[in-house]
Amino acid sequence: MTTLLIAEHNNAALNDATAKALSAALELGGDVDILIAGKDCAAAAEEAAKLSGAAKILVAESDALGHHIAEALSAQVVAMADAYDAIVAPATSVGKNFMPRVAALLDVMQLSEVTKIVSADTFERPTYAGNAIQTVKSADSKKVMTVRTANFAAAASEGSASIENVAAADAPDTTTFVSEELSTSDRPELASARAIIAGGRGLASEEQFNGLLTPIADKLGAAIGASRAAVDAGYAPNDLQVGQTGKVVAPELYIAAGISGAIQHLAGMKDSKVIVAINKDEEAPIFQVADYGIVGDLFDILPELEKAL
Amino acid sequence: MKILVPVKRVVDYNVKIRVKADGTGVDLANVKMSMNPFDEIAVEEAVRLKEAGVASEIVVVSIGVQQAQETLRTGLAMGADRAILIKSDAPVEPLGVAKLLKAVVEEEQPGMVIVGKQAIDDDANQTGQMLSALLGWGQGAFASGIKVEGDVASVTREIDGGLQNVTIKLPAVMTADLRLNEPRYASLPNIMKAKKKPLDTKEAADYGVDIAPRLEVLSTAEPEARKAGIKVESVAELVDKLKNEASVL
Repeated sequence: MTTLLIAEHNNAALNDATAKALSAALELGGDVDILIAGKDCAAAAEEAAKLSGAAKILVAESDALGHHIAEALSAQVVAMADAYDAIVAPATSVGKNFMPRVAALLDVMQLSEVTKIVSADTFERPTYAGNAIQTVKSADSKKVMTVRTANFAAAASEGSASIENVAAADAPDTTTFVSEELSTSDRPELASARAIIAGGRGLASEEQFNGLLTPIADKLGAAIGASRAAVDAGYAPNDLQVGQTGKVVAPELYIAAGISGAIQHLAGMKDSKVIVAINKDEEAPIFQVADYGIVGDLFDILPELEKAL
Repeated sequence: MKILVPVKRVVDYNVKIRVKADGTGVDLANVKMSMNPFDEIAVEEAVRLKEAGVASEIVVVSIGVQQAQETLRTGLAMGADRAILIKSDAPVEPLGVAKLLKAVVEEEQPGMVIVGKQAIDDDANQTGQMLSALLGWGQGAFASGIKVEGDVASVTREIDGGLQNVTIKLPAVMTADLRLNEPRYASLPNIMKAKKKPLDTKEAADYGVDIAPRLEVLSTAEPEARKAGIKVESVAELVDKLKNEASVL
């Protein structure tokens, strides 16, 4: 059994999701090769080579791969697929974009957002926003899966795998990269943050969302998250969204301020180690999952919390 | 340009689902069903492209049980021109759905397919990408903006950490993300009009593609419930608990 893991990286550095997905890939029980598909991505490849458990690091480079264009990435993986029994990628926005293409081109039904490897052909995955966990057995001879990284511990960085170049596969030029608008901040990424403070509709405006949450996030070194209601209301951009339709997170500390706790939000954060809820409605469902709840007006409580930290 | 919009009938997003005690699945008896919310966004985008003079005809298609025609009527009431129901009493996995849609695309020859990025029942997030790959078309997944200029679309995509702008040659498959638009409610006159719009019914078996399931669902379980904790009276007490009891500060 041999597995190909497609790394998540930005060419200059490896994303934390790769080390977590490697743990999942190793649980399948075979050798795991890691593909770094990018452009000028030697730094990311060297980081990957250090991951404990990686057999070898394969590097493929082209302009389209450098921007993680789905058509190019899927063509690359399909060209290499013959040698592998399983193909794994983290369920990030890149992984979700290209992996179903790989599955379709190989005539395989993909396993999405796997949360547990039961055996080499049986997996757990969440459906209905995490409210129904399915155990599924795949009849496909090759397994193609994305894994939910919040459910796997990161592999250590004590290895020294060899790095080899592989040819970039021919890919259709249907999609051309134009530009990227990345939110620039020193904050940790939502997916890997140790602490998250998230705001909901209770913040009532974009100004208050930023004005009240930012100072606390600064003091905690936390990422800022938002409920779908806050995103819909325009208080926060969509990439901060935590929930079924946003990101699934599992930090050590999750503070939910002005979030009622809709099913779809809970699906995205209920695996956090410690949950704190601040809400003026003591019946809010968020209190049913919170370790510590505080009932009251967040416009008083948040500034007080900031001072107390 | 013709636009094809696949839509799925799913449990309404406001319903709290119940997992059957014997582990055989989710109880769907007497549960309110609606159009998958992301598919509503896809229909809305197609209607806006028609209103802007870019699209000439909108065809909605659904694969599922007979009642999925209600979902198609919703799409027609929102502004689609005609509907195709591909009947299958057994659930069809995303790979099978993509193969059926490919056959529909070959018949209908649309210039664009817009589909919701994910269905809120199986949460697979696969169909649009699989269809794009099977057709060899361009792919604009997780779109939050679509602008058509001649035979190219400029698409803004939601990615981790921000947005990506790409140009995609048409024909192409787009998948709709949350912020693409806010779907309209169908007005009563439009709901009445939708009843008269054409709806073709076909059988999945007629397409001659392999839609046999590849995944066997061994069991379905509720997630482990999280226990409610305690309420604290003050911020000072909260900070104290976080420091000394939970050790996360």
